[in-house]
Amino acid sequence: MRSNGIGRILPESIPGMDVFRPFEKAGSGPSGPSVFQVPKREPKVLACLEEAFRKADVRDGMTISFHHHLRNGDLVVNMALDVLSGMGIRNLVLAPSALFPVHREVLRHVQSGTVRAIQGSVNGPVGRAVSEGLFDLPVILRSHGGRVRAMQAGELSVDIAVIAAPSADCMGNISGVSGPSACGSLGYAFSDACYARQVIAVTDNLVPYPAVPYSLPQTLVDWVVPVERIGDPEQIVSGTLRITRDPLRLVIAEQVARVVESSGLLRDGFSMQAGAGGISLAASDFIRERMRAARIQGSFISGGITGQSVEMLEEGLFQALLDVQSFDLAAAASLARNPAHLEMSASFYANTAAKGCVVDMLDVAVLGATQVDTDFNVNVNTESDGVLLHGIGGHMDTAAGAKMTVIVTPLLRGRMPMVVDRVLTVTTPGETVDVVVTERGVAVNPIRKDLLENLRGKGLRLLDIHDLEREAKSITGVPRSPEFGEKIVGVVEYRDGGVIDVIRQRL
Amino acid sequence: MTLRRTSLYIPGNNPGMLLNAAVYGADSIVLDLEDAVSVAEKDAARILVRNALRSISYRDVEVTVRVNSLSTPFGREDFEEIVPLAPSVLRLPKCETADDVLRAEKLIGELEEKSGVPAGSVKLIPIIESAFGASNLPEIVRSSPRVAALNFGAEDYTADLGAERTKEGRELDDIRSRIVAAARIAGIQALDSVFADVNDSEGLFEEAFRVRRLGFDGKSVIHPRQIAIVHRAFTPSEKEIEYAGRVVAAIEEAAVRKSGVVALNGRMIDAPVVAKARKVLALAEAAGVHRIEESRP
Repeated sequence: MRSNGIGRILPESIPGMDVFRPFEKAGSGPSGPSVFQVPKREPKVLACLEEAFRKADVRDGMTISFHHHLRNGDLVVNMALDVLSGMGIRNLVLAPSALFPVHREVLRHVQSGTVRAIQGSVNGPVGRAVSEGLFDLPVILRSHGGRVRAMQAGELSVDIAVIAAPSADCMGNISGVSGPSACGSLGYAFSDACYARQVIAVTDNLVPYPAVPYSLPQTLVDWVVPVERIGDPEQIVSGTLRITRDPLRLVIAEQVARVVESSGLLRDGFSMQAGAGGISLAASDFIRERMRAARIQGSFISGGITGQSVEMLEEGLFQALLDVQSFDLAAAASLARNPAHLEMSASFYANTAAKGCVVDMLDVAVLGATQVDTDFNVNVNTESDGVLLHGIGGHMDTAAGAKMTVIVTPLLRGRMPMVVDRVLTVTTPGETVDVVVTERGVAVNPIRKDLLENLRGKGLRLLDIHDLEREAKSITGVPRSPEFGEKIVGVVEYRDGGVIDVIRQRL
Repeated sequence: MTLRRTSLYIPGNNPGMLLNAAVYGADSIVLDLEDAVSVAEKDAARILVRNALRSISYRDVEVTVRVNSLSTPFGREDFEEIVPLAPSVLRLPKCETADDVLRAEKLIGELEEKSGVPAGSVKLIPIIESAFGASNLPEIVRSSPRVAALNFGAEDYTADLGAERTKEGRELDDIRSRIVAAARIAGIQALDSVFADVNDSEGLFEEAFRVRRLGFDGKSVIHPRQIAIVHRAFTPSEKEIEYAGRVVAAIEEAAVRKSGVVALNGRMIDAPVVAKARKVLALAEAAGVHRIEESRP
């Protein structure tokens, strides 16, 4: 028998508990990995980012993660790197969900030794520098779902997550729907908050406690740093995304709608993901007309959400929007007000190691490509000149999950053929791709004989993918292949963690 | 008979558009060397169109070229470069007299012979766009067996008349009807002018629907977006298709029975009714509207 801190008599042992610890005094319990690590009385709100990094015990060689919901308007990545570089920190691994052209500043920090490697999507100038061989280590490219899986598996081990927070309160409840840098969904930041050892929220909109509503809860956040600005609103969300007016792309979009209509999938309960590209938006519009005409009541639209998806929800064509990323102002506003417009995490969306993800419930995914080959393999990472310019996004995730994956691409871009014998980089394996739609014809993966039967006699120009490739070649000729060196500059990791391809240095 | 519900104009000096001209679904394309091309670009366009005809496969789309009139400094060279590549049709702008057609015919004949193109294979579609041209319609359609259709050009025509071009188009009812009538004299197609406002889908549909009822077989378009709209206007209604199907079925059955007189629902079916029915069915098939099979009485 023994007594605890307030004099209650406790037994020596309690059945079912191997060990137990008597209560001592409020606030005196030990800290540890599974216990709230911040002593209760120490405020989370800190004066500056440097202090937060110091509290988070930043060291050389650590892995620092960021989300990309502020897209090209993000000021936080550059801000954090400037602070870290000023602190003399070296050899960091950056684990952003994606980098944008605004992050070309990263290159300066690579040259100075602050940053050593990147595990995450790279768009634009950073990608180009990767291709030129700036980094010692290859950049690891993962899909949205794959990134969470890697964190979950401990393959991507994040030391400090720096989370740009459009709104946050003093305890670290974070929301993306309000504040001067509102971005809507914070879908990609959930995994960072869950798996990083230390989580720093950086906000330009510190709101009274509790932040209502919040997305990321205070239970996951260690520190809150108010700053003047985290983003440039002009660059965060688009005003209104434009549906393409290019007649060639409209031809493609119209055929996509015809494919969807004829596939047998366009019926009550229909679900789709189409993205914000010009062709995809136009295709969604054509699908919308057909749903209206046939009075079809769809189930959900998932992925990156646009004002167009919002209109379809409000029109009653769909029951719900599952939003991992809000592309425009209308989407961000709708997320804030409409209960049928739900924010979802990247794991909920696309993680193959989660106990269920949305992509597996999708009927149709309409996805882009920089190249497709005669095995239906799709490249979305490198351009025809072999330069790494794009991230994976949810491409391989949705392709794997959806009942029908439709790849849209003009057959020619400028002088380059887009349907080729072999893609320069495989992002998404052909076995998960069902249909390729170009302005000059539609090719169905021969493993989908059922689909081919459904599409016959529907006014589509159905071609063997090899004929499509030959038709492209007959116009462009065979372009000279870009020259690559031996050095591996990029690794494309499949959503299950397997390496699906490597990208070599562009000479 | 060649279906020409839509004739899509493609500026001859735009390589990208020349390359993709066949993908939009128009029945016929018009590679344009005339009004879409400025004087300074005439030779460049001629070379581009010539090379396009040489190297681009336009699949099953009818390829036509609008050359410059032979009374301009560019016309003759257009003919010389284009005819040897055997386009299906040359569209003759500002055609006013039978003599305009005959001059074109003579030159085409010489060029066909010189370049080994089968004699008579390059057809002509005169474009009527002046009051003078409108006054010579019967002569023009009868002037040559190469004349495959009569095309109306409303913009130039109203300018020539000094009339206002209105959305309703009443000012053009008379000339349109005369063009259709003249085309029928020669048993050829009548093709209507372009509709200039590419953003006005409704206006385009109304105009296309109206000219179809006047008897036109198709309409020129200046933007790919207009194609589906015009095709819709030229798609017969279900009722029309059903009736046409019954007419053709009745006439076929009569042929089997070797019966001379055919009647359907107590109405005599004569040759023009049958011709009309066949045209309706052809349009329906082109539009992808399936013929409704009727159980025979």
